[in-house]
Amino acid sequence: MRGATHAKWAALATAVALAATACGGDDSGGGSGADGIVSSSWGDPQNPLEPANTNEVQGGKVLSMIFRGLKQYDPKTGEAKDMLAEKIDTTDSTNFTITVKDGWTFSNGEKVTAKSFVDAWNYGAHLKNNQKNAYFFGQIEGYDQVHPEKGEPTAETMSGLKVTGPQTFTVKLTQKFSTWPITLGYAAFSPLPQAFYTDHAAWLSKPIGNGPYTVDSYSKGSQMALKRWDGYPGADKAQNGGITLKVYTDNNTAYTDLTAGNLDLVDDVPASQLKNVQADLGDRYINVPAGIIQTLSFPFYDPAWNKPGQEKLRQGLSMAIDRNQITETIFQKTRTPAVDWTSPVLGEEGGFKDICGDFCKYDAAEAKKLVAEGGGIPGGTMKISYNADTGSHKEWVDAVCNSINRALGNNKACVGNPVGTFADFRNQVTQSKMDGPFRAGWQMDYPLIQNFLQPLYFTNASSNDGKYSDPEFDKLVNEANAEADTAKAIGLFQQAEEVLRDDMGAIPLWYQNGSAGYSERVSNVSLNPFSVPVYDQIKVN
Amino acid sequence: MGRYVARRLLQMIPVFLGTTLLIFLMVYSLPGDPVAGMFGDKGADPATLAKIRHDLGLDLPLWQQYWNYMTDIILHFDFGTQIRNGRPITEVLGEAFPVTLQLAALAFAFELVFGIGLGIIAGLKAGRLADNAILIFTLLIISIPVFVLGFIIKMVFAFELGWIEPNVSNDQLVSEMIAPAIVLGGLSLAYVARLTRTSMAENLRADYMRTAVAKGLPRRRVIGVHLMRNSMIPVVTFLGTDIGALMGGAVVTERIFNIKGVGGLIAESITRREGSTLVGLVTILVIIYLVTSLLIDLLYAVLDPRIRYA
Repeated sequence: MRGATHAKWAALATAVALAATACGGDDSGGGSGADGIVSSSWGDPQNPLEPANTNEVQGGKVLSMIFRGLKQYDPKTGEAKDMLAEKIDTTDSTNFTITVKDGWTFSNGEKVTAKSFVDAWNYGAHLKNNQKNAYFFGQIEGYDQVHPEKGEPTAETMSGLKVTGPQTFTVKLTQKFSTWPITLGYAAFSPLPQAFYTDHAAWLSKPIGNGPYTVDSYSKGSQMALKRWDGYPGADKAQNGGITLKVYTDNNTAYTDLTAGNLDLVDDVPASQLKNVQADLGDRYINVPAGIIQTLSFPFYDPAWNKPGQEKLRQGLSMAIDRNQITETIFQKTRTPAVDWTSPVLGEEGGFKDICGDFCKYDAAEAKKLVAEGGGIPGGTMKISYNADTGSHKEWVDAVCNSINRALGNNKACVGNPVGTFADFRNQVTQSKMDGPFRAGWQMDYPLIQNFLQPLYFTNASSNDGKYSDPEFDKLVNEANAEADTAKAIGLFQQAEEVLRDDMGAIPLWYQNGSAGYSERVSNVSLNPFSVPVYDQIKVN
Repeated sequence: MGRYVARRLLQMIPVFLGTTLLIFLMVYSLPGDPVAGMFGDKGADPATLAKIRHDLGLDLPLWQQYWNYMTDIILHFDFGTQIRNGRPITEVLGEAFPVTLQLAALAFAFELVFGIGLGIIAGLKAGRLADNAILIFTLLIISIPVFVLGFIIKMVFAFELGWIEPNVSNDQLVSEMIAPAIVLGGLSLAYVARLTRTSMAENLRADYMRTAVAKGLPRRRVIGVHLMRNSMIPVVTFLGTDIGALMGGAVVTERIFNIKGVGGLIAESITRREGSTLVGLVTILVIIYLVTSLLIDLLYAVLDPRIRYA
């Protein structure tokens, strides 16, 4: 009888505790229906939230809510659609005349004009402003004067940008680039209000933009509250009352807060939780391709890795990697085995095509033969370098090495080479200090096949870390950029990709997916091709 | 006594300068370029890279960087700005330290009350059932790694029973801090209990104890004043050094419970090579260490009348 009394009290206490926590849970949400607030996981942005200075996804989340540019990428197809652009005209793929739509304002009431764009771009390009995305303006004439490779800038503005009317301006590029308008959906090309220049510190602590949300409050390092802007003139009005971005120390804590009902949306499900996702979330888990590809790059600056005939060695190594098995066992299918050097988010019309063919399929016998024909692995052992501090690269590098060793029947063929920190790893990569293959990842800036090829494999391109160089590849890329017909341009890019395949300039590994999980409170959650949640479409039940 | 304190305070100056210089040298000898790291997997534009490095003074010789850093701290109380997002470091520290202080204070109170409490019980009942039970309990705590304990507490109390929130929210309520404080203070609690127990069991047989009992003093006074005061010296030594460890060493606990405190900041600053943030953090921790060790030394004199400072 005494036992029963205890049990009763315990049950009562639990019930009270549960009720108390349940009440607590509601506070974090606040409201429902069209005015409901969605809470979402966040990481502290690495850079100040200037559009031309944000090159990572956490800052990108905020920019995607508070800015709209000339173009906007469709969240589903990735197609670049006119947003603030009334029209973008060109006859020669070099001179562009841009007309900005009338009737758009910033959330502080200031009109969005041609000047809003031109000033913002000049700001983003100028060396003195330390903007990390400055190179995006590199194709505009006069960039060399405001952002010289060495020495002091000699001009304040780029000569290729001219305001010709309240809503029109012209852009002159240094060379033909037919698909240039498509790049304009990137956040670096956003317009900026005058307040950005007149009181920069105040703007940074509470950014003002022209997107469907406004920043309500921002406490750096912990959270940002965004509210729907009711005066937003665009068609993609926010379907919820606002978004609260909360900083978490890591994605595991964010995930546990989601399962505990304290958070509505987690946009990076930790690998260790992938096994529990089905039980915890059921169909409230999203796993879709994103514009990210992982590759193995080679140090072409090292004579040992740049001998004629070694393309066979690289092709053989590619065939020695069992992509299917690694993506299934290590990544739980959050990666898709690569069949080319771009991304499935481009779609077939955008140039995604199985170009790699057999070279990206596991075939131990053929791999062994090709490696032998290619002169074998330089020095007998190759080290795959990666950074050990973030991104859990160790698991897959070890798996890739195991796969290569197994295929070649040699336990010493491949070994992982961890580098302590990302800063050190990047330092060694950019200073051309690698003596073997190293991991490389590329997240697209805009959904164009050009963005997956030119910055990475064109001779001396900005992110060509392996110093790959092939005159035929360069020629085809230049021809493609000059081609006015988009379909033909993409065909030329694919030809360039075939050159890349025959050289095996880098081994494509897999495409990374974006993953997200959400609570029962919200619906209509999706990720765009940049693996950023489409916040404005989220509905609160 | 006054002269002793003054001398100790003056001694802090060379210690302070020496430690900051050492940490500064260590951070800057780490490989890698923090500015290049900010460009992610993409190639950094050399002109922008050089400009940012110049603005942050990273292109100056090391001795000049250290000189600028120290003069800014001493003359303007300016710890510099973060490389990462250009925030002033005083602001970053001002956010992390209150949270950590709150957590460390809770953990400290927890280990103080329960550690000494269990130690006294075990010490007075040395060799009996209670002593053995406490021995097993403390051994168990010492042998469980912090992250296992953290996850167990989270699992049981947050998910199974639903008594607590699993993570600390951005409001950082005291009620949310209790679970991480228990995890953080758990290990030290075990040490405090062991130390108290041993020291008390030993002193129970001391001559002055026999004298006190023989004088016919009440048991309460014998244990509370004569025994406790003398037995506390090793415990106080441990507690004092533990304050620093609680503040700077809570990396794992902070991560598990989503606390944006000093421990996480230190770990992050190391991987990102945020030199000035790291030196600023450690400088403050060094000052805390120095002050607490002075306080402990002064406490010795209070606890043991035989110790005098001239």
